[in-house]
Amino acid sequence: MAEERIEFELVSPERLLLSEAVEMVVVPGTEGEIGVLPQHAPTITTLRPGVIRVYEKGAVTERIFVASGFAEVTPARCTVLADQAVPVAEIDRAATEDGLRVAREDQTDTKSDDERATVERRIAVAEAMLAAADG
Amino acid sequence: MPSLKDLRVRIASVKSTQKITAAMKMVAAAKLRRAQEQAEASRPYAERMQRMLTSLAAGASNRDGAPKLLAGTGSDETHLLLVGSADRGLCGGFNTNIVREVRRAIEELRGKGKTVKILCIGRKGRDQLRRTYGDLIVDTIEDVSKPRPRFVTAEEIAARVLKMFEAGEFDVCSLFFARFKSAISQIVTQQQLIPFAPSDGEDAAETENSSGVVYDYEPDEQEILADLLPRNLAVQIFRGILENNASEQGARMTAMDNATRNAGEMIDKLTMTYNRTRQAVITKELIEIISGAEAL
Repeated sequence: MAEERIEFELVSPERLLLSEAVEMVVVPGTEGEIGVLPQHAPTITTLRPGVIRVYEKGAVTERIFVASGFAEVTPARCTVLADQAVPVAEIDRAATEDGLRVAREDQTDTKSDDERATVERRIAVAEAMLAAADG
Repeated sequence: MPSLKDLRVRIASVKSTQKITAAMKMVAAAKLRRAQEQAEASRPYAERMQRMLTSLAAGASNRDGAPKLLAGTGSDETHLLLVGSADRGLCGGFNTNIVREVRRAIEELRGKGKTVKILCIGRKGRDQLRRTYGDLIVDTIEDVSKPRPRFVTAEEIAARVLKMFEAGEFDVCSLFFARFKSAISQIVTQQQLIPFAPSDGEDAAETENSSGVVYDYEPDEQEILADLLPRNLAVQIFRGILENNASEQGARMTAMDNATRNAGEMIDKLTMTYNRTRQAVITKELIEIISGAEAL
């Protein structure tokens, strides 16, 4: 079993970002992180803003930030459909902080529920992004 | 018979036209390659989304309380047609072909007594439809593929369509675009977006191998569906825009290639006439000189 690997795919609407066989991936599901090993039960889940971690020999080899999306897990495969995906090393701290500040300013003068929801989402994504860059 | 000067001017003008069409062809070829790459790069996402949704939809559509995006509003009185076209002309029959298909669909729907609304994505489609169906056009979205198609744009369009749907402004939504087959062949396609139609044709093989699997859902099925369906709308629109963009460049490349060749033929013909006329003028002058000398 130890040699068994799982096909991990990360896709964004604009392109296929990553496709490789890995030992384990940890995916930030809405209801908690899901560690996916080979022979995982088939699952479909939504994602919250967070970090996907790819494990190799018990150590993290890749960390990728996703804003939101879906993950489909089958015994042999784990497919992540992400709206926005950035490797943690490439997160632009200054730009994110700017974005967060602008979003906070916008929050004070929102009117409709729709607008409020969008702004809150922006704040959540930016905060998660900063947390990812720190951790 | 045109004078020598007229001919020279015409040849020069056709030559400069040929230069322009040849340049446009090269530009279109370069853009086509990029557009094609982008269209191909976006395919995995659309396919996997379709696969997930098909397996979810199979379970959810029979039950009561299925989302409206999946089950429909229960009537099909008002149709919204999303018409994808180019923002620029000079690309052969590309826009006309799409518009012809749209007209046919409109007439068919009207024949059945349905109401039709049009949302144009691209300037040229609107320009052609405005004359006959001006009162049906809700709005036009321009410059979707400038400088290149972005997913955010598709999301905005999808959000707009959803808002209209929630306000009860239409029951059925279809997207018209030209599917890119090759540089010389684009197929005008009508795709139903709302209510969601399970995949057929090229995606079918992809969905089959997962259809037997029973999934665990987290949070639950309803919530995932509620999230997935609007997203799918954006993805499908994005895909339509990309395909359309590739088709437009392909059509333009072919049209400009033809134009360049025609200009070449025209130059040959004009040059031939020019030379004949020139010879005729020389002969005429000679005859005049000779007969003048003989008369003495």
